[in-house]
Amino acid sequence: MAAGIPRTRAELKVATVERVIHETPQAVTLEMDVPDWPGHRAGQHVEVRLTAEDGYRAQRSYSIANPPEQAGVAITVERLDDGEVSPYLAEAVRAGDQLELRGPIGGWFTWDARDGGPLLLVAGGSGLVPLMSMLRHRRATGSDAPARLLLSAQRPEVVLYRDELAELGDDVVTLTYTRAAPPGWTGATRRVDRALLEQVAWAPADEPRIYICGPTGFVDVVADELVALGHAPERVRTERFGASGPS
Amino acid sequence: MAIINRGFGRRRPEPAEGARLPPGQYLTHDFPVLSAGPTPHPDLAEWTFTVGEEARWSWEQFLALPAETPTVDIHCVTSWSKFETSWKGVSVDSLFAGLEVEKYDGFATAYCDGGYTTNLPLSDLTGGKAWVVYEYEGEPLPPAHGGPARLLVPHLYFWKSAKWVRGIRFHEEDEPGFWETLGYHDRGDPWREQRYQGD
Repeated sequence: MAAGIPRTRAELKVATVERVIHETPQAVTLEMDVPDWPGHRAGQHVEVRLTAEDGYRAQRSYSIANPPEQAGVAITVERLDDGEVSPYLAEAVRAGDQLELRGPIGGWFTWDARDGGPLLLVAGGSGLVPLMSMLRHRRATGSDAPARLLLSAQRPEVVLYRDELAELGDDVVTLTYTRAAPPGWTGATRRVDRALLEQVAWAPADEPRIYICGPTGFVDVVADELVALGHAPERVRTERFGASGPS
Repeated sequence: MAIINRGFGRRRPEPAEGARLPPGQYLTHDFPVLSAGPTPHPDLAEWTFTVGEEARWSWEQFLALPAETPTVDIHCVTSWSKFETSWKGVSVDSLFAGLEVEKYDGFATAYCDGGYTTNLPLSDLTGGKAWVVYEYEGEPLPPAHGGPARLLVPHLYFWKSAKWVRGIRFHEEDEPGFWETLGYHDRGDPWREQRYQGD
């Protein structure tokens, strides 16, 4: 069932932060140089390990945001107020800092341009990150796989990669705002439901490859509704983050 | 050579029972969900549990088996641990009772609705260390957490506790399951931090 991923050891690597991009008031992208990076597939993640001066250490998983065609590893980290790792990554890390990480990890929630389309990507909040890696990979390879992205965001100011989403255009990107919409917004202003999915999703007969990423409740609802709409469960791939993580 | 992340430090109080926390884990009181696809909703009238090729129980028969109520700590490879989770189900020892499991002397694959599989040495499934559970905290196991029934192997990382489990197959050789094929460790002992292949 699984694609052929080499069962290689996920060595601990030392990454050097080259650039910190402030995506939103809550989120940064860390672009890192990782010597001996073996390459990755769109949708994979890394495990970042932090070590304090007293030896205390913590590790969390973060989706890779850059496409395989772009050198190095970029992760986008949203700061969780009660988090332990994300506030450090989002606020304290500067260009030149070093971080330990392992990866790439995960081989199920991945898309390769050679897999073809159509692609249906459904994101809740920062669940957009691995899906953006797929869209960037699609663009970098000149893939002609048709793609649609449905993104649920609480409010405009927390939307990641806004300029890139705008470039992709309305044919690809559908946004719904669940708490506050920008002035003059004429699109959806509700949680993702069956009607919205029916409007955005390809017909089951088109056999889209479906990737859903977001908070667990969001993923559960979207996956259940897509199956109810007639999409085969084996074409629906999910990645979730619970209330307590990744932080 | 470990990198020290200056300015980074513990932000959560150290749990009083810190020694109960395997290396690299943090304590949570939530119960996060991780799965690779949609949640299956099998029809209990058609649900069966199968061991090897010899033993099969219907849902009613399964509930009639002698039950145990383990209370255990669980550890997810994504770094969260949860203490004192309570379950009700059937020990794998009693599912294997009467079968000549020892003749396989090797490995098992737990298989599930939705196509998920995971591999375990038989020695990790026997000896009072593993159950097939159908209640969590006194309630029917919710589908998102693996209901109607899941494997519970709490001394290994929690992906080994396969959700929506429908049976156990035996092998002489260790055959990697779903996550194991994708780079996760074949055994997954949290106390040895066996997260990924080669750990």
